[in-house]
Amino acid sequence: MLRICLKKRRGEFTLAADFCAPTPGVIALFGRSGSGKSTLIDMIAGLLPPDEGEVQLAGTVLTDTRRGIAVPPEQRRIGYVFQDARLFPHLSVVGNLRYGEKRARDRPHYVRFEEVVQLLGLGTLLARRPHELSGGERQRVALGRALLCQPQLLLLDEPLASLDVARREEVLPYLETLRDWLSVPMVYVSHQFEEVLRLATSLVLLERGAVLGAGPVGEMSLRPELRSVLAPELVGAVLDGLVTAVDAASGTAELSVGSGKLQVSLLGAPLGTRVRVQLLARDIILATQPIQGLSVRNALLGTVTELSADECGGGVLVKVDVGGPLVLARITEGARQALRLAPGDAVWALVKAVSTRGHAFRLFRSPAPPSRSPS
Amino acid sequence: MMGLFGNAELDALRLSLAVATRSVAFSLPLAVLTAWLLTRARFPGRTLFDAFVHLPLVLPPVAVGYALLLLLGTHGLLGGWLHTHFGIQLAFTTAGAALATAVMTFPLMVRAIRLSLENVDRGLEAAARTLGARPLDRFLSITLPLMLPGILAGAVTAFAAGLGEFGAVITFAANIPGVTRTLPLALYTAMQSPEGDALALRLAILSFTLGLAGLLAAELLVRRVRRLLGR
Repeated sequence: MLRICLKKRRGEFTLAADFCAPTPGVIALFGRSGSGKSTLIDMIAGLLPPDEGEVQLAGTVLTDTRRGIAVPPEQRRIGYVFQDARLFPHLSVVGNLRYGEKRARDRPHYVRFEEVVQLLGLGTLLARRPHELSGGERQRVALGRALLCQPQLLLLDEPLASLDVARREEVLPYLETLRDWLSVPMVYVSHQFEEVLRLATSLVLLERGAVLGAGPVGEMSLRPELRSVLAPELVGAVLDGLVTAVDAASGTAELSVGSGKLQVSLLGAPLGTRVRVQLLARDIILATQPIQGLSVRNALLGTVTELSADECGGGVLVKVDVGGPLVLARITEGARQALRLAPGDAVWALVKAVSTRGHAFRLFRSPAPPSRSPS
Repeated sequence: MMGLFGNAELDALRLSLAVATRSVAFSLPLAVLTAWLLTRARFPGRTLFDAFVHLPLVLPPVAVGYALLLLLGTHGLLGGWLHTHFGIQLAFTTAGAALATAVMTFPLMVRAIRLSLENVDRGLEAAARTLGARPLDRFLSITLPLMLPGILAGAVTAFAAGLGEFGAVITFAANIPGVTRTLPLALYTAMQSPEGDALALRLAILSFTLGLAGLLAAELLVRRVRRLLGR
């Protein structure tokens, strides 16, 4: 458990954050630039003293202004991957990787040098100097360097922000690997929702220095606060499920989500994989009666639980309980009136299997061996 | 070289090299410390301290030599005490010439080192902190290596300048052949004597060559280190 309650004034800007998030897991700090994300993790790392408040990690107090506790960063066992990598230019890749490792001799080691090199694919880079690396390679080395100081928490400050799309794809799988194999608790700062979807287990929403909400990603995806930060076309319920059947011939897979089943277009995810899908609100069709002769692969019977006008995105967002999981559908005000939708109504939520293409992500390839967990 | 230059020139050259070497060795750690204080530390009187460090740049060298004589001469404030308790004499000795040279070249060295320290990315030090490096460790493993180009440039420039220090040396350490008669002092002496023209010319050529070589060496060294640091 990571417990944060911090206040910091910087000129006109005031940050006041108060939340708890479960560990291990990936906690996404999500918000626009200038919302206070970096200020917050600098305070978690101990690099920036808060005006008041406390930071607790797994029961250990790292900061408590009232009791005058401020563990210096060098003793926190918190790894930090900076946006600009910050590799030491006078050291080789090996020198950078070993820098933290050497200084963590007295700590319990849960990850070895060879393992990090292998997991992050650094084998061919070891003898190089930082200026001979690409942006993506630099971030991988920074990641390895932070890991080798055997951290009990890893902070990542928009590690992909300075990379172009191709380089991002080069680094993201490694971040997923770390999450799945090492189960190091991570705080991942980002303003890209796709990165949050791919990596995070819980989401803390920051806006103008305040926490608008915090909770599991699926739950947060339904919250109206998220809509004020997210582009309207990205609004949609996030569901975590398990691949229960794969039909290679039709190019679809069946996911079990809660008590229901969902047909999705899914290529290359084997049976038993845990998968997260985002069902975009604008892709979902609502019907008040069963319909036939449509190509749509999913017709989920459910109950309307809530209707709300969406000022940011336009139209009406309808929340439908489809037997456990909730989905969001965006319809026009005209459609709402025509269907006379009201809470409690039974509706079919129609979801095209192909609409999940590009919005489905593997989660937790394999459970991490328990011995690897940082203590 | 041996053919062109006689014993007097070679003696002066040897002495100049010895004085400059000692002067750099003595002032380098102090210059690093001073540069660090001036860049990173905040203390009352910092501006005054800054001005004091740079004073030898603007003072007549003879005035600096005279001040050293008052302070460290055998009957000086500190010099008398050093002489009676430890038998250390600085005035009119090679060590004294080195000290006078060190004082004169100190601002040059501090400026170069300070410039390189200002260019050290504090973000790298913060990164080292999160990786478990304590303050002294951080300074030795990150800050100091990154300052290396400036330290080398400062040391070589101060060395080259030290070979030619005249006013402060002759005032504090006098013009004693084989003890404090460095290249510029020998050149001055040769110019004063009626038959010294040829010697003076040879000494002048030697000085030019040394100065040029020193500056070139500094530039090449700094380039090489920069390349090593990937800049």
